[in-house]
Amino acid sequence: MSLTLLNAAVAVFIAICFVGLNAAYLVWCERKGAGFYQRRPGPMENGPWGLLQPPIDGVKLMTKQLLIPGGVDKAIFMVAPVLAMFPALISFVTIPFSKNIVAHPINVGVLMIFAFAALGGMSLLVAGWGSRNKYAMISSVRAVSQTVAYEIPMLITTITIVLVSGSLNLSEIAASQLGGFWKWNIWGFQEAVGYNILMPISFLIIFVCAVAETNRAPFDLGEAESELVAGFHTEYSSMGFGLFFMGEYANIVIGACLVTILFLGGWSSPVPLGFFPFTDHVGWFLLKIYMIIFVFIWIRWTFPRTTIYGLLNLSWKYLIPISLFNLLLTAALLKVF
Amino acid sequence: MGKKELSPNLETVPESLVQLAVADKLINLCRANSLWPLTFGIACCAIEMMGTGAARFDLSRFGAEVFRPSPRQADVMIVAGTISKKMAPGIKTLYDQMPEPKWVIALGNCAISGGPFVYEGQYGIIEGADQFLPVDVYVPGCPPRPEALIEGIIELEHKITGWRRWPKVKPEWREDNNT
Ligand code: SF4
Repeated sequence: MSLTLLNAAVAVFIAICFVGLNAAYLVWCERKGAGFYQRRPGPMENGPWGLLQPPIDGVKLMTKQLLIPGGVDKAIFMVAPVLAMFPALISFVTIPFSKNIVAHPINVGVLMIFAFAALGGMSLLVAGWGSRNKYAMISSVRAVSQTVAYEIPMLITTITIVLVSGSLNLSEIAASQLGGFWKWNIWGFQEAVGYNILMPISFLIIFVCAVAETNRAPFDLGEAESELVAGFHTEYSSMGFGLFFMGEYANIVIGACLVTILFLGGWSSPVPLGFFPFTDHVGWFLLKIYMIIFVFIWIRWTFPRTTIYGLLNLSWKYLIPISLFNLLLTAALLKVF
Repeated sequence: MGKKELSPNLETVPESLVQLAVADKLINLCRANSLWPLTFGIACCAIEMMGTGAARFDLSRFGAEVFRPSPRQADVMIVAGTISKKMAPGIKTLYDQMPEPKWVIALGNCAISGGPFVYEGQYGIIEGADQFLPVDVYVPGCPPRPEALIEGIIELEHKITGWRRWPKVKPEWREDNNT
């Protein structure tokens, strides 16, 4: 696929629209979902079913005073929100929504997504460091230690999938799982994954890591309101805060995309019917990612926040050893079968 | 109540260069429908504030349930409870830390006038939030019911936009009392 200038511009435009709309309306879903889990209707009065709430909040945030507290490191302070939003946007370039809908299939797509995810972790550190606030600082240290801890099992588990499909290209990983739900990597009892029955567990590991990577409850230690005011964005008002929020939701979408591509067969339909027009359609991909996002929201409003020790113990003592063992097992089984 | 001392912040924010009436109206409408309160409660009235956000009364219907823990992201300060003299400087700091535009709701008799704690020779509390904050809406009661807080927020929306969401209901019990 040749990447002409027009092509690139259109791709970037679509990516920005997709990310922006998603971020705005996932906030609405979150608030509505929170309402339903707590047996209340959620936003109701502004527009039908509160559907006007995201644009209203957006306008309000944009017209609020952009406050730069005295004594902050101005350059760093202003760069951090952009740094939170930017990697999430870039990552969409390589995510394949279907066989043809992909801005630019890079042959190291997996690597690129992880590289930019690490940049997202840095934005938290920079935000906390730049805002001259001890709570923000503590929170960003927490958030970064969490991001680092959960990136390791996530990477190791991803290597398992890379071993199975023999490619770092996200399109190829997804394409190798086409042809029915029994071909998806989440199932262990098939030849493609070497009859590795631990596959559902690695799906679970990557799912947990995706929740933790995006700093969401029950792992939102960085934003523990009861201890750290508002976390690393304590000092950000107006759209600075808005960008952090949008970045978080964009990261959620990316996490859901990654889980879908690695384990749930990307755009492959659950049942292959040759004559059915929607076999292996982009609709399946969107359906899958929104179901995963629904589970994210469900988890967030169901479980209380863990402690920082519980969080780090889970990663270093359980997830990393299990994922290492899983990697070893997969490699051995692939050799055998 | 004597002279109110406004925060210096109020005067230092410059007016916008271009005045666009329609856009201003739209912006005000947006501000009124997304009032994020600051998370803090000082005394018993705060329990009613929490009740307002919970399932039965559900403040989120009006988009006002996003209690922000950081004053930098909050729009409205709900002073919910007794203001002791020791607490007042903290509250003032929080108010000063909020970016413009910002509003204050005094919730409960304590925040309005000192409530049940006013007596001759009392030394511990400040008799009303309006002694040191520009209060926009007073919600009376000890404690006010959650419906009253919702009414207060609708009243604040009325103040911001000049448009009221629902017509006011005339209280019935007053007529019975008068006859
Ligand atoms: S008004 Fe009554 S309920 Fe409210 S804080 Fe004062 S004493 Fe408590």
